[in-house]
Amino acid sequence: MSAPIITVRDVIKQFGRFAALRGVTAEFDAGRFHAILGENGAGKTTLLRALAGLAQPTRGEILIFGKSPREACRDIGYMAHPSLLYDEMSGMENLRYFAGLYGTTWHARCAEVIRAVGLDPELTRPVGQYSQGMRQRMSLARAILHDPRVLLLDEPFSNVDVQSARAMVELLKRMCDAGKTIFVITHQAQLLEGVADEFVWMQAGQIVDRTASLARASGRESGDAQ
Amino acid sequence: MTLATLVKDIRLEWRSKDALNSMLFFSLLVVVIFSFSFDPLAEESRHIVGGLIWVAFLFAAVVALNQTWARELRNQVLDAYRVSPAPANALFLAKALGNFIFVSVLEALMTPLFVIFYNLRVLGPAWQLIPVALLGTWALVVNGTFFAAMSVRTRSRELMLPLLLFPISIPAVLGMVAATTSILTGEESAHFWIVLLLTYDVVFTTACLALFNMILHAE
Repeated sequence: MSAPIITVRDVIKQFGRFAALRGVTAEFDAGRFHAILGENGAGKTTLLRALAGLAQPTRGEILIFGKSPREACRDIGYMAHPSLLYDEMSGMENLRYFAGLYGTTWHARCAEVIRAVGLDPELTRPVGQYSQGMRQRMSLARAILHDPRVLLLDEPFSNVDVQSARAMVELLKRMCDAGKTIFVITHQAQLLEGVADEFVWMQAGQIVDRTASLARASGRESGDAQ
Repeated sequence: MTLATLVKDIRLEWRSKDALNSMLFFSLLVVVIFSFSFDPLAEESRHIVGGLIWVAFLFAAVVALNQTWARELRNQVLDAYRVSPAPANALFLAKALGNFIFVSVLEALMTPLFVIFYNLRVLGPAWQLIPVALLGTWALVVNGTFFAAMSVRTRSRELMLPLLLFPISIPAVLGMVAATTSILTGEESAHFWIVLLLTYDVVFTTACLALFNMILHAE
């Protein structure tokens, strides 16, 4: 059993009077694949944004490698539901710009991650002309570009065809085997069956269950994981 | 990182030409409409053109400033910046420099038209128009970039930006107009107004750099 690298301590996140997270406490180990499941409005995305440092907890504390998420940002890769890419630039242009934000241009690395997600680095057309699935994959390429130790992915398989989604899962599995800690929010949990080490079930802003198999999680009162 | 973001912004603007086209058409309309509305003598022109030209550039700049951050909100690209280790100030400086370049291009294209339409001849030291233009443009864009970032997440950002920007720009606009008029008429020295603009730029650039990290990471 590896040591916990992420500690979430009594985290509450309020938006006005609405509490999106209600006292979430959890520890997550290194090198494990976590699938976060739950109904819409359960707080999954808010939890992921808090882990990424994009949402500041109203109360409580999040530590990643013993540091705040913002301090640990070099170790975090984040993929949101929107693509976080410029529509007017090509995939390679986007990645080269984002690589620059991490202090380098890494041309070879950009090409490598584009190939890793099953796209062609030579593709010159702007991202705005990509299909939704291609955009999702390029977005994943952006998230893994700086080789982060923790990967936070919000709905990476939405609008992606089954074959491409399985290829993305394979890639994530390989990264997990290489020691990366991966969090995936998804409503297509069956894709992660036999791949995820843990299914984290959220409901009404709280983690209500953590199970090793989808079968146990699916026993809960929700169709989301089905 | 500042350079990378600046190059990216120039590339995006070159491809879309959203900001430049809007600014150019707006300024062109102002020049033409005012030239038809008034028919001033050359002497009268020297007294009013300082105000006309800077008001035209101020309103046109607002168009570009609104575009600056709107582009970062599409696909929530700003979040990719926020999760990166890149400093907030690098982003702010790149945006301000980008806007400075766009507004300067506009000024370079529109100033000859003002000269032609208003039959202008400079009676004072013409070279002083260069520092006035540089300092005045920076005064507009540095605050404009900052307040555009503040207002970009609001529902009526097109309205919010001028509401925030114009009151705080009054000392700078006063300096630009007074300095330009002084130089055009040659009646008095523009030295005081140039120093005022320089002081304004230093104070507000420092304040914007100090506060921008908070604005970038605000939810």
